[in-house]
Amino acid sequence: MSESAQAVVVNIPDEVVTQSRVRYFELPLGAGTMALITLDNGKDHTRPSTFGPAGLASLNTALDEIAARTDIAAVGITGKPFIFAVGADLSAMSIVNDPRIIAAFGKLGHDVMRRFGEFSVPTFAFVNGAAMGGGMELALHCNYRTVSADAAALSLPEVFLGLIPGWGGAWLLPNLVGPKNALEVIINNSMSQNKQMKPKQAVELGVMDVMFAPADFLEQSILWAAKILTGLVNIDRAPVDRDTWDAVVDAARTQVDARVHGATRAPYLALDLVAAAKTSTRSEGFDAEDVALTDLVMSDPLRASLYSFDLVQKRAKRPAGAPDKTLARPVKKVGIVGAGLMASQLALLFARQLKVPVVMTDLDQERVDKGVGYAHAELDKMLGKGRLSQDKCNRLKALITGTTDKADFSDADFVIEAVFEELAVKKTVFAQLEEVVRPDCILATNTSSLSVTDMAADLEYPERVVGFHFFNPVALMPLLEIARAERTDDASLATAFAVGKGLKKSCVLVADRPAFVVNRLLNRFLGEIIACVDEGASFADADAAVHAMGLPMEPFVLVQMVGPAVAQHVAQTLNGHFPDRFHASEKMGQLVAAGLPGVWLWDQAGNKTVDPRVAEIFGDSPSTMTPDQIRDRALTAVAQEAQIMLDEGVVAQAQDLDLCMILGAGWPFWLGGITPYLDREGYSNPRFLQQGVASVPA
Amino acid sequence: MAERANVVFVDGARTPFARAGSLYAETRADDLIVKVMRELLRRNPNLPPEHIDDVAIAATSQTGDQGMNIGRSASLLAGLPNTVPGYSIDRWCAGAMTAVTTLSSAIMAGAYDLALAGGVEHMTHHPMGEGMDPNPRYLSEKIVDPEAMAMGMTAENLHDRFPHLTKERADAFALGSQEKTAKAYANGLIQPDLVPVTARSAELGSVLVSVDEAPRPGTTLEGLASLKTPFRPHGRVSAGNASGLSDGATAALLANEGVADQLGLTKKMRMVGFAFAGVEPEVMGVGPVPSTEKALARAGLSIKDIDLFEVNEAFAVQVLAFLDHFGIDDDDPRVNPMGGAIAVGHPLASSGIRLMSNLAADFTVNPGAKYGITTMCIGLGMGGTVIWENISGSNA
Repeated sequence: MSESAQAVVVNIPDEVVTQSRVRYFELPLGAGTMALITLDNGKDHTRPSTFGPAGLASLNTALDEIAARTDIAAVGITGKPFIFAVGADLSAMSIVNDPRIIAAFGKLGHDVMRRFGEFSVPTFAFVNGAAMGGGMELALHCNYRTVSADAAALSLPEVFLGLIPGWGGAWLLPNLVGPKNALEVIINNSMSQNKQMKPKQAVELGVMDVMFAPADFLEQSILWAAKILTGLVNIDRAPVDRDTWDAVVDAARTQVDARVHGATRAPYLALDLVAAAKTSTRSEGFDAEDVALTDLVMSDPLRASLYSFDLVQKRAKRPAGAPDKTLARPVKKVGIVGAGLMASQLALLFARQLKVPVVMTDLDQERVDKGVGYAHAELDKMLGKGRLSQDKCNRLKALITGTTDKADFSDADFVIEAVFEELAVKKTVFAQLEEVVRPDCILATNTSSLSVTDMAADLEYPERVVGFHFFNPVALMPLLEIARAERTDDASLATAFAVGKGLKKSCVLVADRPAFVVNRLLNRFLGEIIACVDEGASFADADAAVHAMGLPMEPFVLVQMVGPAVAQHVAQTLNGHFPDRFHASEKMGQLVAAGLPGVWLWDQAGNKTVDPRVAEIFGDSPSTMTPDQIRDRALTAVAQEAQIMLDEGVVAQAQDLDLCMILGAGWPFWLGGITPYLDREGYSNPRFLQQGVASVPA
Repeated sequence: MAERANVVFVDGARTPFARAGSLYAETRADDLIVKVMRELLRRNPNLPPEHIDDVAIAATSQTGDQGMNIGRSASLLAGLPNTVPGYSIDRWCAGAMTAVTTLSSAIMAGAYDLALAGGVEHMTHHPMGEGMDPNPRYLSEKIVDPEAMAMGMTAENLHDRFPHLTKERADAFALGSQEKTAKAYANGLIQPDLVPVTARSAELGSVLVSVDEAPRPGTTLEGLASLKTPFRPHGRVSAGNASGLSDGATAALLANEGVADQLGLTKKMRMVGFAFAGVEPEVMGVGPVPSTEKALARAGLSIKDIDLFEVNEAFAVQVLAFLDHFGIDDDDPRVNPMGGAIAVGHPLASSGIRLMSNLAADFTVNPGAKYGITTMCIGLGMGGTVIWENISGSNA
C-alpha cells in the first residue's frame, strides 16, 4: 500500500469488521489450487458485510498471504450466506470532518480492491447474494463473476445516496460493459428509487458473466472457474464501443438535467467520471474517483443524504412518540365508509396487507357495487399480470365485500371513513357508526385537513378516534400520518400504529393540527409561489423556482396533477385556519370555477405553454420576479412554518418533518427532507438541526 | 419367481464422506442430499425429472435437518417438479439400501418406471442414539440385550461367538481396507462417483470438499495394534478396525429396464433379487449371513455364482464373520476391491448406495464378473442383501 494511504489513520469506532478468511483446495478438472476468500462479518444476513478500514486491512492481509504462495492457480471470493458484500461502512462518513481521512479511506479501498484486477493469477467473484456499492465494485475488480439466481440486491446505489461509485466502479463498469449499460446501473437505477438489478438482468447487462441456481451455486461456480482455467469455457465479452461513448454520456447528461436541474452534484460527477473512463488509465480513473468522492463527502448535501437515508431506514421503522405496541388490540375485520375511488383503494390495501375481511359501505347499492367492483377489477389486473395466483385472487376478492347496512360493521375492529371532506358529514358518519360498532372499535378518518378532535367531539367513546392520513396513490406512497386527537387513548393509538405497520406504511405520529405535516408545509410553499404569480411572476419562472432544489415536480405541474379544485379546497381550508400565512388565490378560484384542468398545455413534444384561458384570468404582464426571488419567498415561508409547527408540537422533532417530506412529498434526499436545506441555505434562525447532524461537522 | 419387470441401477453418486464434527459440521444434512440429487440429474440428462415416479430418502434420525419428511423436502429443495412425490425411509444402517429395494419393488410390480433413492446421515447433527426411548420391556422381558444398543459392544460379542476371528485378523482386514481405498483413489476409481460439495465454516470460510476425509493411507498393523478398545477393557474392537462416525449423503437412479432403454439411460447393473433377515440384536453384525442365504436361495443362485462382494464394513469382525461363514478368505480380492467403510466412513442410512455404486465400478473393472452382491448389517439385529447382475460385462 502506498504511503499516502497510511499517512492518515482511518479508524471507525466499533467497526463491525468483515473478515476475509482464506481456504485452499484443489479445483475440479485438474485446474490447480484455488485460494477462496470468504467475506464474513460474523453476523447473520440482517447485518450485511461492509468494509471499514479494518475490513479492508483483513482483505489485504488475505491477499498478501495468497500472493506469498507459488502454487495458486486462481483466487476466488465469496460471501457469507445470502450476502456477498454491501460496500463501505457508511457509519464512518457522517462523523468525519477531515477531507484527508475521506481521501485516505477512498484510496485504501482502491489500493486493496484493485489487487483483484491486477493479481498474478485469474480472480473470480462468486456473488452468492447481495452485492451493493463497494461490494459490487469488489466483484467488478475480479476477472470473472458468477451470480446466484437468488441474489437479492445487486446495484451501485452511490448516486442514490449522493455519492459516486468510488472504489473503482465508475471506471471499471463502463470499461467492462460500455457507457450505456454502465450508466443504466450507475445513474438510471440509482435515480429510480434505487432500483436493484435482478441477477438475470445483471448477466444481460454484462455486469455478471454467468448465473447459477442457488442450491449448488458455489459448487457450480467453482466448476465453471475450473472450466475457464482449463479453456473448456471461454467468455466472449462484447468489445466496448468507444466511438459512441461521448454521445451516450451526453444523452444521459441531458436526461439528468431534465430531472434534477443541477440540484445535486452526484449524478454529474458520476457522468464526468464515466466520460473520462473512455480514455483514462485505471490509475487515473481511480484517482479521479478519490477526488470526486472526497469532494462529495465533504459537502453538506451528501451529509443531508446520509441523514435522509438514516431517517428512512431507522426512524421510519420506529416512530417517535408511538405508544407501547403491546397495548394494541387485534384487528380482524375492517370497515370502510364510502365506496368512492379512495375507499376502494383503501379496501384493496387493507385486504392485501392485513388479509382480513373488509366491508365497504355507501348510501346505495349502486355505489357499493361500483366500489367493490373497482377493487375486484384491480385484483383481476394483478392476476392477469401474474402478480397474484388464482387462489390468492379468490381469497382477496372474497375478503372485500359491500353493504348498504352499517350494521354489518358490528363485529369490526377498525372502521375508516373516506367520505366527503366536510366536518358535518364526517360527524354524522361517526355518530351512525357508534350506534352499531363495539365501544372499542377504532374509528379512523382519512381527513387531510379537518380537525379529528372536532370529529370526535360528540361521540360517546371519543377515545377511539384517530386520524389516519394516507397519500395518493395509497398503494405506492409509503407515508401514513397518524394523528392523535385530544381524547385519543394510548390503546387506540397503539392499534392505529399496529395497523399502519401491518399495511407496510412508514407511520409518523402527528398532532391534530390542520393538514398535519406534508400538506401543511407543501401548501405553505405552494401558496407562497402562487402568491408570487398573483403578484405578477410568470408561471414559467414560478415552476423554474424549484429547479435549484431538484423537486420531483414543478409547482403548477403538481397542481395540475392533484387537480386545481382539490388544491384550491385545501388552500382555502388552510387559509381559513391561518389567514395570515396561507394564501388562497382568487385567480386560482376563478380557474377552478372555469373548470380548467390546470395552467399548462403540453404539445406532442412535451413542451408546455400557458393555457390562453388561464392567461386571460391571470393577466399577461411581464414577469416581475426571478425564479431565485420566488424560491427565496417560498423558502422563507416554509422555514417560518416549520418552526411554528415545531413550536405547536405537530411532531416530536424536526426529523419527523423531514421524514414526512421525504416519504410523503417525495422531496429529495439531498435536501434532507427540508430542514437541513433550510439550515444550510440560511433560512433558519436558530438552526433546526445542530451542525453535524445533517451537515459536515464543525 | 413370478414374472416381473427388470430393475436397473442407472447411476449412483455421493458426497465425499467427512468425519463427524469436521468439514460438514456447519452444513445442513438436507443440503448434502440435495446437492447429490441435483448432480445425479445433471449427469443423466436423458432422464426427464418430471417422469420420476417417486423419491425415497433414508435417514436414521428423522428430525431437524433430516426431518420434515426429508424425501419430499429434499425433492422440493433440489428443484424437482412439485408433481414428483417423495417419502422417507428408516432401517438404520440399511436405509438407503431399503430405499433402493422398496422403490425397485414398485418398479418390478409395474407401478413405477423411474425412481430416485437416497440416504443421508449427519452424525454431527444427529449423534447415534439421539432421541432414543427404549421400551422398558426390552429389559424386563429380556427382549433386547442392553449391550445390543451400543454397536461396538455387538461387535465385541461377535468376537466372543467366533473366537477364531481374532483382533489380529480384524486389524489385518482393516489395514487391507485402507490400502485398497488408497489404491482405488490412486487409480481414479472412487472419484467419478463423488459430488464435490462446498462446506462453510463461520470460523474458517468456505471450502470445496472433493475427496473422503477419513482414509488414513499410512496405516500400519503396529499402529492399529496400539489403539484403545473403547467398548471393553482389553477388547478387540478399536477405532482402527471399525467404521468412523461420518457425515454424508448418497443417491441413485433406478429404472424399469425397458424404460431405461427407451430413454437411452445408462444401465450399470440389473437387480437380481434381495432379502432382509433378522438375528439376535446383540450380534447384529452377523445379519448379512441369513439375508444373503435367503437372497441367494430365492434367486436360485449359490455363493459360488457370486463374483464380487461389497460388504459394508461397520466392523471388520462382522465382515470376517460373513466371509468365514461362506468359506471366503479374509483377503479374497473379490471382496470390497475398492476398500470400504473402515477407510471412508459410514454415514449410517446413506451407506447402502455407496456399496451399490462401488459394485457398479467393480463390474467395469472386472468385465468377466456376472453377479455381485451388496450386503450390510443393521442395528437391532438384521442383515440386508441385494444381488446384482453385470449388464455390460463379457458374461452379460
